[in-house]
Amino acid sequence: MKMKPAKQVSNSTRSNLITIGAIIIVYIICQIMIANGSISNLMKGLLIPLCYYSIMAVSLNLTVGILGELSLGHAGFMCIGAFASAFFSKVTVDTIPNVFIRFTLAILIGALAAALLGSLIGTVVLRLRGDYLAIVTLAFNEIIKNVMNVLYIGVDSEGVHFSIKDAASLNLEEGGQTIVNGPRGITGTPKDATFGIAILLLILTFIIIINLVNSRSGRAIMAIRDNRIAAESMGIDITKFKILAFTISASLAGVAGVLYSHNISTLIATQKNFGYNMSIMILVFVVLGGIGNLRGSIIAAVVLTLLPEYLRFMQDYRMIIYAIVLIVMMIFNWNPKCIAWRKNHSIKGYLAMLFNKQKKEA
Amino acid sequence: MKMKRMLGLFLVLCLTVASFAACGTKEDTGAQKSGDKFYIGAIGPLTGGAAVYGQHVKYGAEIAVKEINEAGGINGKQIELRYEDDEHDPEKSVNAYNNLKDWGMQILMGAVTSGPSVAVAEETKNDNMFQLTPSGSAPAVIQYDNAFQVCFTDPNQGAASAKYISDQNLASKVAVIYDGSDVYSSGIYEKFIEEAANTNLEIVAAEAFTADSKSDFSVQLQKAKDGGAELVFLPIYYQEATLILTQANGMGFDPIFFGCDGLDGILGVENFDPALAEDVMLLTPFAADAPDQKTQDFVDKFKELSGGDIPNQFGADAYDAIYIIKAAIEKAGVTPDMSISEIGDALKVAMTEITYDGLTGAGMTWAATGEVNKEPRAVIIKDGVYTLFE
Repeated sequence: MKMKPAKQVSNSTRSNLITIGAIIIVYIICQIMIANGSISNLMKGLLIPLCYYSIMAVSLNLTVGILGELSLGHAGFMCIGAFASAFFSKVTVDTIPNVFIRFTLAILIGALAAALLGSLIGTVVLRLRGDYLAIVTLAFNEIIKNVMNVLYIGVDSEGVHFSIKDAASLNLEEGGQTIVNGPRGITGTPKDATFGIAILLLILTFIIIINLVNSRSGRAIMAIRDNRIAAESMGIDITKFKILAFTISASLAGVAGVLYSHNISTLIATQKNFGYNMSIMILVFVVLGGIGNLRGSIIAAVVLTLLPEYLRFMQDYRMIIYAIVLIVMMIFNWNPKCIAWRKNHSIKGYLAMLFNKQKKEA
Repeated sequence: MKMKRMLGLFLVLCLTVASFAACGTKEDTGAQKSGDKFYIGAIGPLTGGAAVYGQHVKYGAEIAVKEINEAGGINGKQIELRYEDDEHDPEKSVNAYNNLKDWGMQILMGAVTSGPSVAVAEETKNDNMFQLTPSGSAPAVIQYDNAFQVCFTDPNQGAASAKYISDQNLASKVAVIYDGSDVYSSGIYEKFIEEAANTNLEIVAAEAFTADSKSDFSVQLQKAKDGGAELVFLPIYYQEATLILTQANGMGFDPIFFGCDGLDGILGVENFDPALAEDVMLLTPFAADAPDQKTQDFVDKFKELSGGDIPNQFGADAYDAIYIIKAAIEKAGVTPDMSISEIGDALKVAMTEITYDGLTGAGMTWAATGEVNKEPRAVIIKDGVYTLFE
């Protein structure tokens, strides 16, 4: 990796500030539109999902773009964060009436649970590289999802009861409450997530990652990505930094899960929301937005989440059109001939600029 | 460089403004709609694994809406139906709900599957919108007073099945094979086991499978066989049931197979020998081969619309749901110019007062809890057709 001159570092800082500024401007525009009622119900309902998908994309970019490892299990960490925090909120909904305190604790619990699992899984699987890592993370994703589907947890005056058979074998006493009900998941999680908190978390995620990237640890992580052997011979503890990046990435995905579970009252682990479908969806956000490009991840997450909703007027052809748009975008962004064409024909275009920046970084 | 950054920022802003501008126009069209028509929204899966159910609900509802509109509408007002896809995903169903609200929906028929129905119920409660789900059978769907069901709840089906088996003396040793990862299946299973304890039924095996391991059932069947089960209870959907029947036949295991409404549709599965389903019993409110005129008319219209598919219970539930909404509107004297919440309040009361005879049961009534009260009927497959079991 080339040493960056001082001016370029300040450029990247400015670029990051612009991204944060843009997020805040979008937030203010949305608030104004909500206040004067000119926003559609659909868009209003999508504001929080847009935030948590952006958090997912940005956090996966840490693993894929900065650490340079292909993880296909990101939705699993979201799942853990969602279930842990929803469980907490459901249990304490009566004992902690203050929404702010309860939700803050829920976010911390979601992030911690995901981080714990992330470090556990990371310790085991980060010895693998490339395709092998992708396969194993995919498997862990499926394991997490399936465990959530057979897990029964109930609470009564004696404490917490666990079972992986059925709700009856929890042996709850009179007045006990089944919280996690196997495939029926958790219902009735309080809707604590608000757009303001979601935006705040997105900005926080962004700042955490850019700070990490610009720190000593971040440089070590990128050194591992660029040349593992060279980094190792320089005395960098490869396993430690890999696990560090992986754990932070997982805990941020857990935060996205907290937002997910507190935005919708039913939490069930299905193939669609926490299976590999979602993991790959998030990876698509990252790849389309540009590997290693945090702002691109956010834009891709927003565009690709809005797209299927705004294609609803196409009725039955909605998903076909969505897939075609995805393929076209992928070709447009990454095909060498397209890149050459874009260079020749729209030098001033924004996409061309994005690419140039990536080339410098790569 | 600075220029390019500014350009980038400008483009991001353009994108945001454009996406919001699109919403603005949508809302305008939504606001225009009022006065002369009832706008009924429907939500269900049209893509993904559960698409077949959503598709049937869509056809069933369309047939009913067409009939009502041709006959002069509800109190002289026409109905407009719009159906949105939720991909069998709670998150997407809330999006679909919001989208329908932008369109001007006043009454919701949906969602088709349980998980999405529960998620949507939370939203309809906030808006006090009347919600009638044709087939969302989990009890949590109707936890609020504005939501009603056309189908039985899962626990009801489980209890009714156990009672039916013991009352009719079909068997004393019973095995259950269920999908532990499915809301519908595990809901029925739990109540079945609970109710079986109150009867003379002995559960010799209760074996689960999951959505990710549903191609080989030899282990579960072997356990049922070793336990000496005379009857195997299958509270599952028909796709897996066809495999179970085929594999049971392969290992020479021939007990009575008893299922719930999820087994409806088993005769239409491709590459499945209907002879294997001979003598299979299922507790379902609807049989496409019922000889009465109403059912036959519906089946004919359904086949015409769907290009030859035979309707299952979901289609019939949706057909009934539209007529139930009509009956409730007529009872409450609701007019389309009322607000969503006023319509909701009026229909909530009217639902408990109406009695409705439909394809999925005669003399249906509703409790204020939202639960339907109708007689379960057992159907047995004889000579490749569903016949009522006496």
